[in-house]
Amino acid sequence: MASSSIAGSLRHRANRGVLARLRGGDEISYLVTLACAVLIFVVVALIVAKLWGNSQPAIRAFGWDFLRTSRWNPNGGKFGALPFLYGTCVTSAIALLIAVPTGVASAIFLAEMAPPKLSNLLTFLIELLAAVPSVIYGLLGIFMLLPLIRVYLVPALKSTFGFLPLFQGSFYGVSFLSAGLVLAVMVIPFIVSVSREVLLAVPTEQREAALAVGATKWETTWDIVLPYARSGIFGSIFLALARALGETMAVTMVIGNTPKITASLLSPGYSIAAVIANEFAEASGDLYVSSLIFAGLVLFGLTIVINALARILILATSQKAATA
Amino acid sequence: MASPQQQQIMTRESVTRPAETAASKTPGAACKLTARNIDFFYGSFQALHSISLDVPSHRITAFIGPSGCGKSTFLRTMNRMNEALRNTRVEGELRLDGQDILSMDVTTVRRRVGMVFQKSNPFPKSIFDNVAYGLRVNGISRKSVVEEAVERSLQHAALWTEVKDKLHKPASALSGGQQQRLCIARALAVEPEVLLLDEPCSALDPIATRRIEELLFELKEMTTIVIVTHNMQQAARIADLTGFFLLGKLMEIDDTKKIFQNPGKKETEDYVTGRFG
Ligand SMILES: Nc1ncnc2c1ncn2[C@@H]1O[C@H](COP(=O)(O)OP(=O)(O)OP(=O)(O)O)[C@@H](O)[C@H]1O
Ligand SMILES: [Mg+2]
Repeated sequence: MASSSIAGSLRHRANRGVLARLRGGDEISYLVTLACAVLIFVVVALIVAKLWGNSQPAIRAFGWDFLRTSRWNPNGGKFGALPFLYGTCVTSAIALLIAVPTGVASAIFLAEMAPPKLSNLLTFLIELLAAVPSVIYGLLGIFMLLPLIRVYLVPALKSTFGFLPLFQGSFYGVSFLSAGLVLAVMVIPFIVSVSREVLLAVPTEQREAALAVGATKWETTWDIVLPYARSGIFGSIFLALARALGETMAVTMVIGNTPKITASLLSPGYSIAAVIANEFAEASGDLYVSSLIFAGLVLFGLTIVINALARILILATSQKAATA
Repeated sequence: MASPQQQQIMTRESVTRPAETAASKTPGAACKLTARNIDFFYGSFQALHSISLDVPSHRITAFIGPSGCGKSTFLRTMNRMNEALRNTRVEGELRLDGQDILSMDVTTVRRRVGMVFQKSNPFPKSIFDNVAYGLRVNGISRKSVVEEAVERSLQHAALWTEVKDKLHKPASALSGGQQQRLCIARALAVEPEVLLLDEPCSALDPIATRRIEELLFELKEMTTIVIVTHNMQQAARIADLTGFFLLGKLMEIDDTKKIFQNPGKKETEDYVTGRFG
């Protein structure tokens, strides 16, 4: 009896109406998720269109010269964003140079070597760091990092690499180097927590296969686990880079806000995000406002170009690994 | 590195022969690996209880028994793979050619006692690099030597003719059975004296299974084989010696024929005749 009534409702399920089908979930979940995906796309498109539209006066006035010249003179109506572009790139490069090796090494320790309890505790603390607001990092930079850099790091750099133009000139605290270091501290948590997850997701069978032919633990990590996790680790690095390129508050507080291009990392500089944040409220005149928006467009473009390059890099290395 | 032939010679010379039980039942076979009173603990749970047995040289020894009885645990004790797990402990004596396995350098143990796993686990590298990996970590880098060893291993694993034109293609492009033979080739490349296989055919169809069985039969010439299997026909087909595990104990180990036709213990008989509850 019971079975025949089940069969009955099964038949019913097969030819139910539109409403019942919607309640079944497939169609409605498809529509809702599709709408969200489209919405994201629309928002990004709107941002680009708005940036593009509002930067038209500056684009018409300066064209590519905007990216090639260094004069930033609101009174004279001359705007060249090269020093900001330079500052953004240099500080992000310093940040990655420090954060990538430190972050990946920490992730390896947490995923492969530390006892699970210690690993979970440290990971919890590191993930807390990722949630600290950037203005706090700025304060931390000013009150802790700058004195340390002045007292220990700069003298050490000058005595060992002082012959390089990178470390010449006097150091007043605010500088490319300081901004890069603060950024490094800020992005390390991203690299560590994402990379650790990725390393933990490498199948045990892969590790055992390497151990079983006589590889040491470290050889297994280096030859097998890291390559297996490579694209995920790259992903964490690009997340970090995106954060470093766009970081505004902390950088503004320690970079010095001086639109100059100097080889010395000890000199003050400026970044795109910082100049927009500092000058937008007071910008007077169409050309000035439009130049700041153009700078924003450049930052947006820079982020997209770097991400695209990164994706190509991942694709190329994984294909090479598969065939070579 | 010694060639298989040299290794064989070295083995013969360095073998110590205590009064063996299993070995004496397979005439002409020296004893390759001995276990005495092996206890194994996962934390406080004792998974193995006083396992003692002798694995004869150049024979196939099979372990059978119901799920969870400790076959894999014992296999992984023999090449100390369980050490990778935290909170485990092994007690007793394990000897490879009379040398104490538990105090040997662990990478040496694993080079000499190779392992093939239940699920084929090729690296996401090329076919060539998969087989060459063991050579590399063991310090062999001369190109000609590596190439020769890769070819020889693939031939021994009965895979050479199928892959010789695509050595630099990714291993993931192979079929399941081919991948498992690739894993066997990878294990063979470092010329292990013992090859441990944990249910190597459980994910394969009957034809691929047959290939691997034939292969193991031929590999007896080169190495000593220990295989865990759930498939009793498989044990009966290929094993010289069969051991029956139950609840962490080795109930009995004897000639395969005897285990299947005239076992010494009631539990063994129940299991091999399918009457096991
Ligand atoms: N990593 C582990 N931690 C704790 N206990 C384990 C672990 N691995 C296995 N065990 C336990 O040890 C016992 C033996 O397990 P083992 O894997 O050796 O059995 P098996 O005979 O290989 O079974 P199967 O035929 O299902 O593969 C089981 O009771 C199992 O629950
Ligand atoms: Mg098992």
